Amino acid sequence: MSTKTVEYLVRRTPELGVDGRPVQLPLISGDLEPELHGEHMLINIGPQHPATHGVLRLVLELDGETVIKCTPHIGYLHSSFEKLGEYRTWNQVIPLTDRMDYLAPLIYNCAYAMAVEKLMGIEVTERCKIVRVICMELDRIFSHLLWIGTTAIDIGAFTVFLYTFQERERIYSLHEAFTGARITTSSTRIGGMMADLPPGWVEALRHFVDTLPRTLDETETLLTHNNLWVGRNRDIGIISGEDALDWGLTGPNLRASGVTYDVRKDKPYYDYDSYDFEVPIGEHGDCYDRYLVRMEEMRQSLRILDQAIRRLPGGPINVDDPRIILPGKTDLMADMESMIHHFKVVMEGVKAPAGESWYGVESSKGELGMYVVSDGGSKPVRWRVRGPSFINLSALPMMVEGHLLSDVIAINASIDIVLGEIDR
Amino acid sequence: MAKPELKDAIAGLESGPETTPNGVATARGEAAAESHPTVAALRAQFGDAVLHHTVYSGDEHVVYIVPERSQELLSWLRHDPGQCFDLLKDVTAVDYGAGRPLELVYELWSVPRRVGLRVKVTLPLESLEADSVEPIWKTANWLEREVYDMFGIHFRGHPDLRRIMMPENYAEGHPLRKDFPLRGRFSRAEQTRRALSAPPEDNYTPDELAVALQEERPAVAGGEVADERSHAAASADLDPAAASPRPNTAADWSLGSSGSAAAGTQGATQ
Repeated sequence: MSTKTVEYLVRRTPELGVDGRPVQLPLISGDLEPELHGEHMLINIGPQHPATHGVLRLVLELDGETVIKCTPHIGYLHSSFEKLGEYRTWNQVIPLTDRMDYLAPLIYNCAYAMAVEKLMGIEVTERCKIVRVICMELDRIFSHLLWIGTTAIDIGAFTVFLYTFQERERIYSLHEAFTGARITTSSTRIGGMMADLPPGWVEALRHFVDTLPRTLDETETLLTHNNLWVGRNRDIGIISGEDALDWGLTGPNLRASGVTYDVRKDKPYYDYDSYDFEVPIGEHGDCYDRYLVRMEEMRQSLRILDQAIRRLPGGPINVDDPRIILPGKTDLMADMESMIHHFKVVMEGVKAPAGESWYGVESSKGELGMYVVSDGGSKPVRWRVRGPSFINLSALPMMVEGHLLSDVIAINASIDIVLGEIDR
Repeated sequence: MAKPELKDAIAGLESGPETTPNGVATARGEAAAESHPTVAALRAQFGDAVLHHTVYSGDEHVVYIVPERSQELLSWLRHDPGQCFDLLKDVTAVDYGAGRPLELVYELWSVPRRVGLRVKVTLPLESLEADSVEPIWKTANWLEREVYDMFGIHFRGHPDLRRIMMPENYAEGHPLRKDFPLRGRFSRAEQTRRALSAPPEDNYTPDELAVALQEERPAVAGGEVADERSHAAASADLDPAAASPRPNTAADWSLGSSGSAAAGTQGATQ
C-alpha cells in the first residue's frame, strides 16, 4: 500500500536529540551575509488571505523580512451577536451561538445552554449531561482536526489536510444525523437537547472512536519528526507561562507553555472529574509544543468519548418541566392543552429569574465564558461571550515581533483562531 | 391526551422555571450564609472601598467596589501572595437600561488557588470613566478596547484606546448601550454613503500611517521635512469629505433618520 511506503520513508528522515526532541537541522549551511537595515515597510496581510483563517487583517511593519510591529485589525465579520441576543428569547439565542465558532458549534451550543440553566437553577438529566459531554468532546476533535489540516497547509504540507478532512467529514455526518445540520447545529435547548440521539448513532460514534487513532497516527508520522515541520515550528512564537497567563491565554496555547489550567480539571462541570483523562502539558511554549498538545488532546478526547459511550444511560433527555420544555408533537396535534402549552412557551419564551451567571467551559480553543444577565424577563439583559480566540489573538503581536514574515503565518496558525468568534 | 397536571403548569408559565433547592437563583441580596475568604480579606484591607457582596446562581461571588480605588484593589488582588488572581478572564460591562448606571465587570481567576471572583464597579451614565487595568493584566488591553467600543466607557491610562470591532470613524455611538437602536442610528443610505466616502487612511492607525508616509517622503515636494501629521493633513486635503472632522458625539446622531430604528429600541432612555 502506498501509505505504508510514505510512512517508512518519513520515519527515516528525522533523528532524535539527547533531550528526546527531534533535531532541527539547519536548512542552509555556511556563512550568512550580514543583515542590512533599511527603511521600514508596511505590509498588509488580509483581510482576504487564506492563511489568516478568515477575515483577519494584520498590518506588519517590516525591517527587511523581520517583523518590527504587528497590528491586528478585526471586526470585518462583526455582526453584534450580543446585541441581537438581547432582542431574542433565551432559546432563540441558541442559533447565534453556533455561528460564532463554526468549527466547534456544539461546544458553543452546550456552553450557552449550561450558563442559562445555571442562571435558572435547572439541573439537566443524567442522559443529557452525557450526551452533551459527547457533543463537546466530539467537537474538540472536530476543531483540532481542522486546525492541524489548515496549519499544515499554511506551512506547506498538503497531505495532512486531506487526511484530517476525511475524518472531519465523518464528524459532519454524525452532526447531520443528530442535529440535521452539518455546521449550524443549534442542537441544545434550555433544559435539554433538541432531540434525543437517533437510532444507530452511538454505534456510528463508536466506530468513529475506534478508527480515528489510525489517522492520528498517520498524521503524526507525517509531521512529528518531519524535518521541515520541526524547522518551521520549533522555537517559533515562544511565549512563557507567565506571559501567557498575563495575556489571558487559555486552552492548548496556555498548556503548551507549561501552565496546568484546564477548566475540565480546575472547575469541573458535568462530572468531568469522574472521567479518566490526562491534560497534556508542553514545556517550551513554541508552535511545536502547541502542535504536540493538540494532537495529544485529541487522543484524550477519544478516551473521554469512550467512557461516555459506556456510561450513557437511558431515560429522558429533557427535564420534566412543562414551563421550559415543549410538548411532544403527537400531543400537540392531538389535544388543545398541549397546543396552548406549546404556544405559550414559544411565544412568551422561558422566563429566567433575575440574576446572572458567568459559565466557563473548556472549548477547543481555550476557556469559553458565557455571561448571561437576566432581570426576570424572557430575554437576556446582557449576553456576553468571552471568546478564547479573541483573547488568544490579542497576544499575537507580542508573539510575532522579531520573527520573520514567514513565521507570522506559522504563529498565527498555531494559536488556532476562528474569526467568527473573534468578531462576533 | 390532556394531562391533569398540565393546566397547573400552564398557569404557572408566567412565573418562570422552578429552581432546584441547591440552586439559589434569586434576586440580588447581601450574601450572608457563605462568605468568600477573598472578600473578607478585601474588607479587612480596604474597608469602605468594598461596597457590598452578593452571590448569584448558587456559587458565583460578586463584590462591588468603589470606582475611584478600583485599580488599587484589583492590583492587590493580582499581586498579593495570599490572593494571586493571575488570570483576568473577562472584562465587560452591563447596561440595564432606563438610565440606570452601567456595571463594569471583571472576572478573575487564580490558577494556583483555583478560586474565582467577580468584581464589579458601578459607573453612572454621566461619568463613564474607569482606571485601566492594562498595567496589571496585559489581556485587559483588547478587553477594555472592546468595552470602550461597545459601551463608551473611557479607560484612563490605557495605552491604545481605539475602537476594536467597529471602524475607528464610526459615528453612531456605542452599539451595546440600551439606547442604541438595533439597526443603528443612521439610515442605511447614510451608512453606505459614509462607508464609501471614508478615505483609505481611516483603515490604518496613526502609527502605521507614520511608517507608511515616511516611505513616501521623497515624493513630497521640495525635500521638505514634513512631519507625519502635516503630511496626513495634506493628503486629506484632496478629499473634502475626509478633511471635515467626523464627530463621534451625540449631537451628530440626529443626521440619520431614526424612524425605523427607534421602533426596535428596547428600554430606550431618550
